[in-house]
Amino acid sequence: MVKGVLVLKDGSIYAGEGFGAEAVAVGELVFSTAMTGYQEALTDPSYAGQILMPTYPLIGNYGVNDEDGESKKIWAQGFVVRERCEGFEHAKARESIDEFLKRFGVPGISGLDTRAIVRKIRSEGVMPACIAAYEREIDFNELLAKARALDYSSIDFVREVSEKGAKVYGGGEDEIGGAGKGREGRAWSGKKVVLIDCGAKRNIVRELNARGVQVVSVNCETSADEIRKHEPDGLVISNGPGDPALLGYVAGTVKQLIGKMPIFGICLGIQVLAHAVGGKTYKLKFGHRGANHPVKDLASGRVRITTQNHGFAVDAKSLPKDYVVTQVNGNDGTVEGMRHESLPVFAVQYHPEAHPGPRDSEYLFDEFVKMMK
Amino acid sequence: MPKRHDIKKVLVIGSGPIVIGQAAEFDYSGSQACQSLREEGVKVVLVNSNPATIQTDLEIADIVYIEPLRPEFIEKIIAKEKPQGIIGTMGGQTGLNLTIELRDKGILEKYGVEVLGTNAKTIEDAEDRKKFADLLIKIGEPILPSVAATATEQAHAFAAEHGYPLILRPAYTLGGTGGGIAYDRAELEKLMKLGLSLSPIHQVLVEKSVIGWAEIEYEVMRDAKDNCITICNMENVDPMGVHTGESIVVAPSQTLSDDDYQMLRSASLKIIRALGIKGGCNIQFGLNQKTAQYYVIEVNPRLSRSSALASKATGYPIARVAAKIALGYTLDEVVNAVTKRTPASFEPALDYVVVKIPRWPFDKMPEANRRLGTQMKSTGEVMAIGRTFEESLNKALRSLEVKKSVLEVKAGEELEPLIKVPNDRRLNAIFAALRKGKSVEEICELSNINPWFIRKMKNIVEMEKEVGLRRLEESVLRRAKKMGLGDRRIAELTESDEMAVRKARLMFGIKPVYKMVDTCAAEFEATTPYYYSTYEHENEAKPEKRKKVIVIGSGPIRIGQGIEFDYCCCHASFALREAGVQSIMINNNPETISTDFDASDRLYFEPLTYEDVMNVIENEQPDGVVVQFGGQTGINLAEHLHAAGVKILGTQVDGIDIAEDRERFRALLHKLGIPQPANGTATNEKEALEVANKIGYPIIVRPSYVIAGRGMAIIYADEDLKRYIQEAVEVSEKRPVLIDKYLENAREVEIDGVSDADGLFIAGIMEHIERAGVHSGDASCVTPPVGVSAEHQRTIVEYSEKISMALKNIGAINVQYAIRNGTVYVLEANPRGSRTMPYLSKATGVPIVKMAMKVLMGRTLKELGLKHTPKLPYYAVKSVVFPFLKLAGVDIVLGPEMKSTGESMGIDRDFGIAYYKALLGAGVVLPMKGKIAISLNKEDKGKAGELAGKFLEMGYTIGATDGTAIAIGKDAEVLKKASEGTPNIITMMEERKLGLIINTPQVGKRSFSDGFKIRRAALENSVPLITNLEAAFGMAHALKAAKEKEIGVRSINEHVKEVEK
Repeated sequence: MVKGVLVLKDGSIYAGEGFGAEAVAVGELVFSTAMTGYQEALTDPSYAGQILMPTYPLIGNYGVNDEDGESKKIWAQGFVVRERCEGFEHAKARESIDEFLKRFGVPGISGLDTRAIVRKIRSEGVMPACIAAYEREIDFNELLAKARALDYSSIDFVREVSEKGAKVYGGGEDEIGGAGKGREGRAWSGKKVVLIDCGAKRNIVRELNARGVQVVSVNCETSADEIRKHEPDGLVISNGPGDPALLGYVAGTVKQLIGKMPIFGICLGIQVLAHAVGGKTYKLKFGHRGANHPVKDLASGRVRITTQNHGFAVDAKSLPKDYVVTQVNGNDGTVEGMRHESLPVFAVQYHPEAHPGPRDSEYLFDEFVKMMK
Repeated sequence: MPKRHDIKKVLVIGSGPIVIGQAAEFDYSGSQACQSLREEGVKVVLVNSNPATIQTDLEIADIVYIEPLRPEFIEKIIAKEKPQGIIGTMGGQTGLNLTIELRDKGILEKYGVEVLGTNAKTIEDAEDRKKFADLLIKIGEPILPSVAATATEQAHAFAAEHGYPLILRPAYTLGGTGGGIAYDRAELEKLMKLGLSLSPIHQVLVEKSVIGWAEIEYEVMRDAKDNCITICNMENVDPMGVHTGESIVVAPSQTLSDDDYQMLRSASLKIIRALGIKGGCNIQFGLNQKTAQYYVIEVNPRLSRSSALASKATGYPIARVAAKIALGYTLDEVVNAVTKRTPASFEPALDYVVVKIPRWPFDKMPEANRRLGTQMKSTGEVMAIGRTFEESLNKALRSLEVKKSVLEVKAGEELEPLIKVPNDRRLNAIFAALRKGKSVEEICELSNINPWFIRKMKNIVEMEKEVGLRRLEESVLRRAKKMGLGDRRIAELTESDEMAVRKARLMFGIKPVYKMVDTCAAEFEATTPYYYSTYEHENEAKPEKRKKVIVIGSGPIRIGQGIEFDYCCCHASFALREAGVQSIMINNNPETISTDFDASDRLYFEPLTYEDVMNVIENEQPDGVVVQFGGQTGINLAEHLHAAGVKILGTQVDGIDIAEDRERFRALLHKLGIPQPANGTATNEKEALEVANKIGYPIIVRPSYVIAGRGMAIIYADEDLKRYIQEAVEVSEKRPVLIDKYLENAREVEIDGVSDADGLFIAGIMEHIERAGVHSGDASCVTPPVGVSAEHQRTIVEYSEKISMALKNIGAINVQYAIRNGTVYVLEANPRGSRTMPYLSKATGVPIVKMAMKVLMGRTLKELGLKHTPKLPYYAVKSVVFPFLKLAGVDIVLGPEMKSTGESMGIDRDFGIAYYKALLGAGVVLPMKGKIAISLNKEDKGKAGELAGKFLEMGYTIGATDGTAIAIGKDAEVLKKASEGTPNIITMMEERKLGLIINTPQVGKRSFSDGFKIRRAALENSVPLITNLEAAFGMAHALKAAKEKEIGVRSINEHVKEVEK
C-alpha cells in the first residue's frame, strides 16, 4: 500500500494513505469549502504552487471527465482529502481521481483528519507544506526542510502557467454552439476580446464565446502594443496564481490600455488592475476558497453567492479617487469589485465564470459585452 | 431593507396533531419562527390544536390558543386579537391551506390582516397544479406532462396519450395523502376516486412518471429584495417513485458533478424567483443521470419536513431566517446565528455526510401493506452525521431502534422482490444480497439505486467479513469503527459480546472524537455547540468545567413514542438551563426541537444506543444522566448505564425495574394492599392456558417489556390464545408473556405527577372517554374527570402516593387505573415522563416536566410550592388522530395496541364544547344535521336505542344495519350491508348521504367482513367514524352542546389564570 504524508512548515506531520503519483511536492497548503468541483479546481491554474485540501470529506465520487477541466492539466501541487472514492459513478466519468492524479504526476493523500488541519490553518494562516505519496521509506526531516524552504510569495507562478504565444478562440468558421450551452444557432457578433492569460480558466473563454465574442488569449508578458495590434474591442485580465505584487509587468501593460478599451478583470485580474492604477494588495490569512461566499453589490444592495479562490485582496484605501469599490464580501468586508467612475473599466475578485460553483454572476459577462459598442 | 415597523402583532398558525406526513418538524419551525419574531419585539399570537408542542408553551408565544385549526375559529381569534399579519408557512400544509381559506372567505381582508412572507398568490401558484405548470413552462423549466383532472374521464384521456405508469397527486393534501402510482386502468380509477374525495378542491394531478430517475431536492430561500440562496441539496437514495419522506436521503448530494449540481441550483433560483417566494421553499427534481435531463417535480412554498432536515443537516436555522424575511429583513441583514459574525446570506458548506432514514410503523401494524410509494407511511425519521457515507449509514441504522426481527430478511426469503419493489426492508435485503455475493450491477438493475450507494454498502459488507475473520485485531477494529460499525454489531460478527468489544476497543485507545456542525466547514469560528462523533484525531467537544447533566432524548417519532416525549426532554433541558446547570442533549431525531442548536447548552446528534451514549458520557463526565423523559428509549438504557457506574438522576434502576417487571410489581401491589386485575405470567403455551383459565376470559396478553402495547391483544377463548402464542410473539424463559384479566366495561383513569423523597404532587386526574382496554395513548380523556366519584378520586390519590413512595420514585410518574363495580384497580405505573404530561401541563398551567427536573436536581416539592392538585374551572379534553387512511389494509379498531400518531386538545368551561373542540382539532368534523348510520356489535346492541335516541332528539335521522335497526325500533331506517346489494351503507357514503358512522366492531375477532368494509369506506370517503360506544355517547353530548351553545375562543393565558393552585 502506498503511504502518504503531509508535513507542515510548523513541524506537524500527518500520515495517511498515498494515492495518485508516487511523488514529493511542495506548496502552500490551502483549503476550499466547495463541496463539488474538484476536477475544475485541480485544473484551475490559480492553484499552481499550492496543495489543495477540500473540506468536503468525500472526493472523487463522480470521477473525472473530458469536459470539466479548466485547463489542460492539474496545476495544484498536491491533493489532500479525507476520503478518496474508488467506486466512482457518473455517466461522463472517464477515470478515477487516483488515475487522474497519476496521469499528471501529482501526489495525493487521503485518510487525514482534514477538519483538524483546516482549523489549524484558520487560526494560524495558510502555510507551506510538503506532500509525499511513497511506498518505501521517506525522511520526514527532508520533507520538513523542503516545506520550510518554500517562499510562496517570492515565486512568479503566472509566468509558469501562462500559455506561450497567442491563441484564437471562436469567430470565423467555428461553431458557436460548441462554445456555450443554450446559445446554439446564434451568430458571432464580430466582437473581439484580448484575454491576458495569467492562468485563465477555460470557462472565461467559453462564457465570452457563448456571447458571440471572439477571444484572443495572449501570454502574460505580451506588451500593450502587441495587444492593440489584435484590434480588440475589449480586454479581460484573467485569474491566476500567486502574489499580484510580483506582476508589475502585467500591471504596466494594463495601465497603458486603460481608457483605450473596456477592461474586465477577474480574480487576479482585479489585483493586477489595482496595481496598474497605483493601488496595493495584501495577503489574507487563509484566503477565500469555496463556492458559498456572499458578495454584496453596494449600489443595488443585492447579494449574490460566488465562487472564490484567492489568497490576496485589494486594499480599498490604496485605490485612487477615480476608482470606486462596487462590491464587498459579506463575511469580512474585503473588496470584491471595483470600477472606474466613468471609464468602462471594472473588475471582480470572484469568479463570474463559475466552474466550479454558483452561476449567479454570469451577468457580468453580459455587462462587459454591452460595454464593447 | 430594514424591518417593517407597522407590524406589531402577528398570528402564527401551527400544524395541528401529529399525523403521518406532518409531524414534529412543524413544531420546530413554528417555535423557531415565534422566537425569531419576538426577538424583533413583535407580539406573537399562536394557534394550534396540538397541546404536545413546545410552540404552545407560554414561553414561546405571547398569547397561545389551543383551538381547532378551522377558519371559523381563526376568525374569532383574529377578531379578538387584531393582528396586523399572519404567517401560515410554518404550519405545514394545514397552515398553508388555512391561509388560503381565510383569504378566500374574505376574513383577512375584513380584519385587515396581511399575509407575511410568501403571499397567498404565490402559495396558489405553487400548489395549484395547473398554475404551477403554466408558470414553469413560461420560464422554460421542464415539467412532466400532466393534467389537473377534476374528473376520472380526464385521467383516462391522459393515460391514453401518455401511457402507464402514472403518478397521481391530489391537490392540497399533505404527505402525498391519497396519492399513488397507477400501473393500469383499474388502479387509475381507484386512485382518482380516492384523490378527488380527499382533495379539498377536488383536483388530482395526473402526471407522466419518471420512476427510476434520481430524485434531488434543493432548499432555497429568497428575500423581498430578490436575494436567493440555497441552504443545501439532498439526494434521495431511493429513486423517483418513492415519496421523499419515505426515502433514505443523503445530504449533500453525492453523485452529482459540479455541473449537475449547479444546473439544478440555477433552476431552483429561477423557480423561487418566478414564484416570488419570500422565505423558504423546497424544490424537487427528477434527474436522469445518464443524460443529465431533468424535470421539476414539485415545489413546497413553505417550511417542510425537508427544510427541517436541511436545518439540522447544515446548522442553518431556516425557520428563524424565514420569519425575519417575513418581517421585511433581507438575508444579509440577518446574522448567521451559528457563527454570530457572518451574515445569513451565504450557503452552508458541509464537511460531513448526513443520512436520514424514515421510521415506519410496520412493527405496530404488521398487517399494513409495506410497499412504499408516493404516499407517506412513516411516522418519523432518524438522522446521522459522520465523515463518510458508511459511517453515517451505520449510525442512522443504529438510531432507528427497530427490533431486528421487524426489518431483517428471513432465511430462505426471496431477495429480488424485496430489492425491486420499494419497501421498508429494502436496505436489509440489499445487504443480505451483497453478503450472498450478488453483484452491485445486479442490485442496481433491480432497484434503480445509483451504484455509488450500493458500492458503499458493499464496503460495509466487506468490512464486516474482515471483522468476522480477523476478530478484535487492532487495525481491523480501528477501520471498522471508522466505518461506523457499532460495538454490538462487531460483537455479533466476532461471536463475542458488546462489553468485550468495548473493552478491547478502549484498550487499543479507539475512542470517538466529536466534531462541530458549524455551517461553514470550519472556515469560521462557530459558537453553537452542536456535535457528532467520528473516529478521527481532533476532539472539538472539550468538556466545560461546570455542573452538567445529560438528557437522553427519545429518538425517532413512532407510534407509542411521539412528540410528547421530545417535549418532555426539551422541558428537562430548559429546566436545567434555568437552574444554571449545563444541559447536554443526546438525540437523533432531525424533526424535533430537542435537536435544535439552541434548545440545550450542548447537543450531541448521536444514536441512542448504550455505546454511543456511553461515549458521550465519557467525554463529558456529567454530574448525572436523566433517563426518565425519553420514553422507553431512556428507560431501556438505565440498567446498563447504572451498571457502568453512571449516576442516574431521579428514580433508580430498581424502582424502574419493579414497575416494569410484572412479577415484582404484582408483589409490590399485594404488599401495599392495592387491587390489580388478576394476572399471571407464562413462558409457554401450556402455562398460558392454565393462567387464562384460572383468571377467566377475557384476558389481555402482552410480551414483557413492552412499548406502547406492542404485541398486545384482548383474547376471549383458548383457541385465540393458542394462535397468539404460536404466531404473534416470541415466548421464552427470558421473555415471558404477561396475562391480565381484562376488565370489561371498566372506566379508565390515569394520573400524572411529580414526587420527591417525601411525597407526591398529582398534577391532574384524567378520565378516559373510551372504556378500559383501549390503549391509553389511543383514548380520549378529560381533566378534571366528569364521571369519577370523589371517593374514587381520593382512592386514586392514595394509591398513587403509596406506589410512588414504594418505588422510591423521584421525578415524574404516571399511574393508570381501571374502575369497575366500585373497585379501583391499578393497571400500571410508569416511573417516567408520560405521553399525557404535555397535555396536562397545558391544561393546568403547571410545567410538570420542569418541576420534575427541578426535583431531580434536589429541590423539594415544598420549595417548588407544589402541593394540591390544581382546581380547574373548565374542562380540557384530549382527542387523538389515527394513521389508518395512510395504511391500507389496517382495520380501524381500537384496542390495547396503540395506533394513534397524535393528539389535539379542546378546552372550555363546558365539557361538551371542550370535547367538540377536541374532535374538531383532531379533524373530526361532525355533521350538524342529516343521517347518522349505526351498526353495533352484539355486546353494544343493548344500548342502541338509547344512543339513537340522543341523536333523534337533536333532529338527526338514523339509519342502521339490520340487527341494530331491530334494537332501535321504528325510528331507524334499515340500511343494507355491502354484501346485501345496493343501495347500501357504503354506496350511501359515496353519495355523501351519511354524515357520521357509528360502528363498533365484533370483539375478539378480526373481521374482514362487512364491518371492516364499512370502516374503510368511511375513512376513504372522509365520513367521520366512531368505533367505540362510549365515544359515541360522548360525541352525542358534544354535538348537543355545540348546537345549543355559543362556541367562543379563549387563550390558554386567560384560562390558566383562573386555576386555583
